[in-house]
Amino acid sequence: MSAVLDVSDFSVEFRTRSGIVRALDRVAFTVRRGETMALVGESGSGKSVTAYALLGLLDAAGRITRGRAVLEGVDLTAASPSELARIRGKRAAMIFQNPRAALNPIRPIGQQIADVLRRHAGLSRRDAMAGAIDMLKQVGIPDPARRASAYPFELSGGMCQRVMIAIAVATRPALLIADEPTTGLDVTTQAVVMDIVAKLAAETGMATILITHDLALAAERSARIAVMHAGHIVEDAATKTLLANPRHPYTRRLLAATPTAAGSLAALRSIPGNLPDLRRDDLPPCRFAARCDRRLPGCDAKLVWRTIEPAHRIACWNPA
Amino acid sequence: MSSSTLRHARHVVSENPVTGLALLLFAFFVGAAILGPSLAPYDPLASNTMRALQPPSALHWFGTDQIGRDIFSRVLVAARLDLGIAAASVALVFAMGGFAGLASGFFGGWVDMLVGRIADTIMAFPLFVLAMAIVAALGNTVPNIVLATAIINFPLYVRVARAETVQRREAGFVDAARIAGHRDMGVLLRQVGPNIMPIMVVQMSLTMGYAILNAAGLSFIGLGVRAPTPEWGIMVAEGAAFIVSGEWWVALFPGATLMTAVFCFNLLGDGVRDIVDPRRRT
Amino acid sequence: MIGNEPTPPGPDGSTLLDVAELSKRFPLRRKGWFGGGHPSLVHAVDDVSFTLSRGETLGLVGESGCGKSTLVRLITRLTDPTSGSIRFGSRELADLPAKRFARDADRARIQIVFQDAGESINPRFTAADAIADPLRKLKGVTGPDLKAKVEEAATLCGLPVELLDRFPHQLSGGQRARVGIARAIATRPDLLVLDEPTAALDVSVQVTILQLLVRLRETLGMSYVFVSHDLNVVRLLCDRVIVMYLGRIVETGPAEQVFAKPLHPYTRGLVAAVPRLDGVRDGALRLAGDPKSPIDPDPHACRFHGRCPIGTDRCGLDMPALRRFGGGREAACHYAEEPA
Repeated sequence: MSAVLDVSDFSVEFRTRSGIVRALDRVAFTVRRGETMALVGESGSGKSVTAYALLGLLDAAGRITRGRAVLEGVDLTAASPSELARIRGKRAAMIFQNPRAALNPIRPIGQQIADVLRRHAGLSRRDAMAGAIDMLKQVGIPDPARRASAYPFELSGGMCQRVMIAIAVATRPALLIADEPTTGLDVTTQAVVMDIVAKLAAETGMATILITHDLALAAERSARIAVMHAGHIVEDAATKTLLANPRHPYTRRLLAATPTAAGSLAALRSIPGNLPDLRRDDLPPCRFAARCDRRLPGCDAKLVWRTIEPAHRIACWNPA
Repeated sequence: MSSSTLRHARHVVSENPVTGLALLLFAFFVGAAILGPSLAPYDPLASNTMRALQPPSALHWFGTDQIGRDIFSRVLVAARLDLGIAAASVALVFAMGGFAGLASGFFGGWVDMLVGRIADTIMAFPLFVLAMAIVAALGNTVPNIVLATAIINFPLYVRVARAETVQRREAGFVDAARIAGHRDMGVLLRQVGPNIMPIMVVQMSLTMGYAILNAAGLSFIGLGVRAPTPEWGIMVAEGAAFIVSGEWWVALFPGATLMTAVFCFNLLGDGVRDIVDPRRRT
Repeated sequence: MIGNEPTPPGPDGSTLLDVAELSKRFPLRRKGWFGGGHPSLVHAVDDVSFTLSRGETLGLVGESGCGKSTLVRLITRLTDPTSGSIRFGSRELADLPAKRFARDADRARIQIVFQDAGESINPRFTAADAIADPLRKLKGVTGPDLKAKVEEAATLCGLPVELLDRFPHQLSGGQRARVGIARAIATRPDLLVLDEPTAALDVSVQVTILQLLVRLRETLGMSYVFVSHDLNVVRLLCDRVIVMYLGRIVETGPAEQVFAKPLHPYTRGLVAAVPRLDGVRDGALRLAGDPKSPIDPDPHACRFHGRCPIGTDRCGLDMPALRRFGGGREAACHYAEEPA
């Protein structure tokens, strides 16, 4: 299968009052057609920054300092703002954590989906509305013709997220970025929402990047997981491999802290130390080194990404 | 004020030089209000018909008026009265409107209804006309000008305080305070109150300018402080007659001072918010 | 000594909290100008009974809107019940208006750790102010004594004393959580209600906070009511669990067993929806749809009827009561069966 998105050597910095934040450093990954890949990490790991930077949604303080991100043959890092705007919503779409805030509160939801269809697919007003109702049906909203005239405040959080998904996939994008799409929703609703995303991806061959802090959700919903720590992808492997045979010390630590599979609270282990301050000029090459119990002298010299098995990459000299 | 607050204030000023300018002007006006009478080169009330309507000169920086009083001295001395009225009225409306708004937002129900109706009633009048009516009815005294200026600003304070309180009424720290043994009044005054202070202080700074203008306006139409007391509004009113005959300085200097004072307080608002809000510190 | 006199024991000695037939209904604004007829009522908590023993940790789970937040506000006496009883030790608290309870002697014995520690600490208070507040108000501690007690509480919660003069926005999420816990245990409560205390934290920080809570429960001899949407955390921390649906208890029992072999179809759906690391999913148990409206629900129908995968017409006519099963379990379903 062909790569929909190929990101390589991708770095992002933010200029702030108190120094330059090196938010992403040489991030690289590939997402194929129909594939769901998860970006997993704790807060501050850079997983959301990756999504925003890819789609050209960084605020004025942030900029891409190096690397390429090729979506269907177009390098997003070299695209003009107007090209990016055309790609966003048409070829690459995104859904967010708080769907109600992302919807226009004073416009019926059907209209909001129809707007996308008219702008990006060039449909007539009538056809766009019919398309919108069809989309609402596809995301499992009961009685879609009537619900199309509902306003966001009349819908539950789970329903709002379905509407967001309908807006995102209305134009059949090649790539969907789901940034913590179910955080704040109940587990039952989360399961339904994720089912819908999976169904649409299977039907349209859309590639999905699932950004989440929940390793179990990633395990259940994605074929591949890339674990992020302090702006680095530290490990990237097929989900089964990563869970059965994690090699990077941070991945192992993260798994040991996740309550999902633990038999008792005493069996859980926290991760010592904190994220390094990404504004430091003398940021160590391996940003996990200070918290790592497998540290070698070489860790302070250089960080390299190594492919240890087919499709299993880690950023570590001394893997477990 | 702790040293960290000072450091923060310095930082805010360096980020935003306009705030620095406003602070400088503010210091200048406060200085004039406190020291004005002792700094004035002439007695602001002493007339000298020999030197009436002199244009600005080295001797009389702002010129002299129709009966030969030194305009610079009068403008300087008037600062205390004008700023005093404005400050007193702002303090009064801050206490009344701030508390009414807090209670209205916090308790809701009939308290909210009552406070809301009072504010609506005040808002139903053209505000300056209402101020005129109050002063005309109660008498032409400084306390009444203060009261009138406070009353017309009351709805503004109620609205701001109420809106800010409603936002925080459900905040976790309000429940936490109840769990810690605070009763309603304690939660209101010690927990919610300090949290709406930053926005109220900004409000005070903004309404200071408006209050100065209102007090001067009342005097301008003869319903406030009376001649010969030096006051910016009266001075503009008296000087207005001479603009046609070419003696522009009689009205211009008190008018320009009035404008600068209002301008200064309006500019101060945003800077003050940055300084008093602890969350803007790093 | 800051500790409270021990809460006098309840009738059977080991019970700390005995909640019986507790209900809370909120009236909706009446329609029309003259408000004819009865106002509609939101049944937030409906006929809830349970007990909590000394030293026990009771989990409270359910979807948003199931009434767990209201139940928390009732047992912490932040709000007044419509009917029912809340016995704390040997004392009935349900009749005592929340306003009066604010300065009651038992206020110090029932404390709460709030969901979002960032939001529940007054932004104009330092960490020390926040921890000192209940000590001052409820225990009358002042001066150097107060400083010592604040530092003691902070140390117990693993909060470095150097951080005490910081404002909440200058602390990390984990440190804020510790401030919230230190404030709640400062008066040495017997009952500590934990309302999603780790919901906003990363897993690596969550672990340390959960382990801290277990340690504190043992050293200070507290009982916990632990509210969480994270069933895995509830499973690890709680002895028993209560599952709520639309204001009512649908299942209760030992946490381990309830999650391993749920009796009620709602619990089954809830457990099946939790993502697992082995990636095995039980799609057959997917709960679709949303809960019914909590406004004036049909008193004769099961609240889960309509969304329930196994419900029959009987469930629409006959509201199931909690039935006892083996192993100290209870479930409110006509079709629940004895666990194998």
